[in-house]
Amino acid sequence: MGGFVSRGFKRRRPDDAGQAKRLPPGQYAEPGFPVLTAGPTPRVDLADWRLKVEGLVARPREWTWEEVQALPGSGFEGDIHCVTRWSKLGTSFAGVSVDTLLEAVEPRPEASHVIAFCYGGYSTNLPLEDLRGGKAWVVWEHEGEPLPAEHGGPARLLVPHLYLWKSAKWVNGLRLLDHDAPGFWESLGYHNHGDPWREERYWGD
Amino acid sequence: MGRLSWRLAEVAEVRNETPRVVSITLEVPGWDGHLAGQHVDVRLTAEDGYQAERAYSIASTPDGERVELTVERLEDGEVSPYLAGELRKGDQLELRGPVGGYFVWEPDRGGPLLLVAGGSGVVPLMAMLRRRAAAGSQVPARLLYSSRTLEDVIYREELDRLAGAADGLTVTHVLTRAQPPGWTGYARRIDAVMLEEVGWRPGERPLGYVCGPTRLVEVVAGHLVALGHDPARVRTERFGPTGVP
Repeated sequence: MGGFVSRGFKRRRPDDAGQAKRLPPGQYAEPGFPVLTAGPTPRVDLADWRLKVEGLVARPREWTWEEVQALPGSGFEGDIHCVTRWSKLGTSFAGVSVDTLLEAVEPRPEASHVIAFCYGGYSTNLPLEDLRGGKAWVVWEHEGEPLPAEHGGPARLLVPHLYLWKSAKWVNGLRLLDHDAPGFWESLGYHNHGDPWREERYWGD
Repeated sequence: MGRLSWRLAEVAEVRNETPRVVSITLEVPGWDGHLAGQHVDVRLTAEDGYQAERAYSIASTPDGERVELTVERLEDGEVSPYLAGELRKGDQLELRGPVGGYFVWEPDRGGPLLLVAGGSGVVPLMAMLRRRAAAGSQVPARLLYSSRTLEDVIYREELDRLAGAADGLTVTHVLTRAQPPGWTGYARRIDAVMLEEVGWRPGERPLGYVCGPTRLVEVVAGHLVALGHDPARVRTERFGPTGVP
């Protein structure tokens, strides 16, 4: 629909070229950290909390809260992007790299996809490749503080190169599969992959 | 599934709902209908090519190519001050949708319905009540709706009318900031006691839809679960500024 102009509409936000370069198409910079969730926030007792990595792996594993904290730490500093149009620039999270978890379980060669499953029933699907090579974490700290429950605490998946619905809150585990299977939002109209730079928001994008 | 393409809609009417809220009726050529509770993406383009996109809940029940949005003007916003301030009848607007398949209700999903709204969070819930009325549905429904003042209540007359139809809908208003003389209704933020008084008992297994600012949704959904409601039957939609500073 090239050439269309909204009569009387003018930019209200400052024209910041540096910031604009960091924003994927259709996104705006949001200084806060909005909460978007399909249901009530689950409350998980740390004593009962577990992180499982299972499915097509040589050695399925389950970590307690203390065990996962004892793994080599890893953090992310950068930008996150929500499909509802806000991006949060220059934020930070800390936890453990998914690479570390995968090393411990030894994925089988036929493993190609992952379902992240969560306390509260949420799930999301990702190609295994999107979780390897320093691109994904399980995090429990945001900007130096414990991750609040409404943002996914005790721990959430963080896959910052994809829209944030892939960074499953209240993560309980990863299941490795030899096929792709849509998760919660992927079954309800949202894109199967979710790359913000290709604006993969909805089915068919 | 085909791509949801951008469509050029024409503004048929702009109506003031409250001092800060307008309803915009759009004619959308080729609109295929929607589910109550879904939203659309709206895209504005300035003369220099700058674009801004936001999502807005659909307020109307499916009605041919007519789609109604209700928009609250946020003073520090970029799109809402245009939609609720500048836009007028005859203007064109780019949109795509409908989007969202979870925070939706159709009469065949049954009930009883517990709808809890804060401010303009009432918009997708109004789509559900309009759908319910248009379908002649008798699904029992209760709306608990929190506004700051009486003049901030969106759809007040229509809600009175719908509740007056005696078809199983009750509407309970909550005014948190100021109340008119003689107000006998709730005059505090929604709390667990209110949800027990107005809502269904957990054993009645209501379908809950909660929409509003993050803090209200967090509190209400948390109370509902604590009261014994099945978390899988409580659907939420949150908007507005950050939940955590």
